[in-house]
Amino acid sequence: MPDPSAAWHDRTREVAAGIRRRVFEHVLRHGEGYLSQACSAAEMLALLYTHTLRLAPLDAPIVPPPFTGVPGPGNPGYRTGAVYHGTPGPDLDRFIFSPAQYALALYAALIEVGRLDPAGLEDFNRDGSTVEMIGAEHSPGIETTTGSLAQALSQAAGIAVARRRRGDTGRVWVMMSDGEFEEGQTWEALANAAFHAIDNLRVVVDVNGQQCDGLVTSVGNLEHLGDRVRAFGWSCDEVDGHDLDALDAAAARETGRPHMVLALTDPTRGVPLLAEKAPLLHTLRFRSPEEKARYQAAYDAMAREAVTA
Amino acid sequence: MTLETVVRPHVENFIAWAKDKPEVVVVTADLTNSSEVGKWRDTYPDRYFSAGMAEQNMLGFAAGLAREGYTPYIHTFAVFIYRRAYDQLAMSVAYPNLRVRMIGFLPGILTPGGVTHQAIEDVAILRATPNMTVLETGDATEVESVLDVAQAVDGPVYVRMLRGVMPRLFPRSEPMRLDTARVLSTGEDVALITAGVETEEGLRAARALQARGVGVRHLHVSTHKPFDDPEVLASIAGASRGIVTAENHVVTGGLGSAVAERIADAGLGRRLVRVGLRDTYAHGASRAHLMREYGLDALAIVQAVERVVGEPLGIDAEELAHTEVVPVGAASRNADSL
Repeated sequence: MPDPSAAWHDRTREVAAGIRRRVFEHVLRHGEGYLSQACSAAEMLALLYTHTLRLAPLDAPIVPPPFTGVPGPGNPGYRTGAVYHGTPGPDLDRFIFSPAQYALALYAALIEVGRLDPAGLEDFNRDGSTVEMIGAEHSPGIETTTGSLAQALSQAAGIAVARRRRGDTGRVWVMMSDGEFEEGQTWEALANAAFHAIDNLRVVVDVNGQQCDGLVTSVGNLEHLGDRVRAFGWSCDEVDGHDLDALDAAAARETGRPHMVLALTDPTRGVPLLAEKAPLLHTLRFRSPEEKARYQAAYDAMAREAVTA
Repeated sequence: MTLETVVRPHVENFIAWAKDKPEVVVVTADLTNSSEVGKWRDTYPDRYFSAGMAEQNMLGFAAGLAREGYTPYIHTFAVFIYRRAYDQLAMSVAYPNLRVRMIGFLPGILTPGGVTHQAIEDVAILRATPNMTVLETGDATEVESVLDVAQAVDGPVYVRMLRGVMPRLFPRSEPMRLDTARVLSTGEDVALITAGVETEEGLRAARALQARGVGVRHLHVSTHKPFDDPEVLASIAGASRGIVTAENHVVTGGLGSAVAERIADAGLGRRLVRVGLRDTYAHGASRAHLMREYGLDALAIVQAVERVVGEPLGIDAEELAHTEVVPVGAASRNADSL
């Protein structure tokens, strides 16, 4: 059942608004970027980080270290972005982030919840930085290599099985995007997770109907996604991905199976102006100073609203 | 001393070896008995995971287990590991340098299963994969001892594994060692460098060649990567006429290429003839048939040596068929030299 207290709702709404605002500001400043992903995923990221995930707190937000080399025998000091999720523990959750192209929204979420230093966003896509444009294994909040999409769920299933064998009570959460369900590996992973009854595995999917080429419906066929997932042996809830209570209720459900929440979202939520760019919402680029000015005005209004609130 | 023939050494050896290693788990993709781990599964059912016939997920699943401290031993046919699921192998396993062991059966042209089952370019691909260690077994002793070699590597390991009936070429007392070639015979005319099942062919060829007065320094290589053994360079440098390599693999990117790299890196400028598949796929037929058809047998190695020394040696298939292969360890080597 949803937590009836209003306290977490307010905080979660604040974080969701902060994710949109930070990403919007960043995109305006750099003239381009991944804005629609923040619009669609703000609520689910906010809910996960403020309410759902059981993660150890950090002493202070982490300032991202510079890139010091890839994993390998010559680099024993390599650390993944999991450090931003705090020290792991048997009763704590893990959060495996699959759609690496959502990195900007993820970084914004980590800043809003005090796990990433705000200055870290200045390192975004900067040479020599760990705050990569398409999140890498060493990027904040990321602990597997998933820029080649749909590889995280399989890895999360292995992590979840290992944790179950160890007797951990913490769960393994994965965030995915709907486009990843076009990859065959996703279905392999779903089938095998059900076969092994990996009931400590939870997936939240941003079903925003968008992918690089445009509308998902113009690229592939993901009709009846919930039915398909349930047919693979998972429990699966389809909810409004901007409705915190609905998201929370679906995420909190204990089903005794691997469980998935399909969060149906609007990739222009919070920035309705974006609708004019549809169906190409994957990255936002400004075609003229006039166009940018209109988006700047929309951002200014959003920022004023935040101050008033 | 005649050659011992061993039947399915991996079956019991892997069970005994894993007994005191609870971190070792097995992941398979519908080729459990075909990869000789059916009895392993029945012995350790809670350490065995069926991935289904779905290799992309299997590679990622194994990576997840490895991240949590387990050492998964993937068992399936080699082609389904590196060819079918390469992106997952590279991004989920190799990039993070995880302790996943990929035990690949049916290397090269050992199977009548045809082109879909024959791993002919795996060494080339995995040698080019950062963080990867690449091993190849050549006899029963190496099938038994490759597990210790793999387990000691702090990163991903790919193994070209033999199954079924195989010879014991090397004594049990001389296990495989990482990046350490075995010297099987000594001589100063030609360095013959072989790996996997080509070593048995090489032994037959070398014996016939030595009988014709051609000095052959025969090395058996069981580690394709890393490939830094000083013995390899010394043998290359000491071969007055040239070098022959033989591999159960295409001649591009595998052992022959690795030797060429060592020659060039050292500025040695030696003649090199590579025995192996020459930019071709194969087809389904018996091992003996394919080795003859594609020039991977002892006769092909003799002919390669003839090219290096520049003269015909009068060795034919009939003679090679009657050349006995004997066990080759440090002890037998000393006996030979007496």
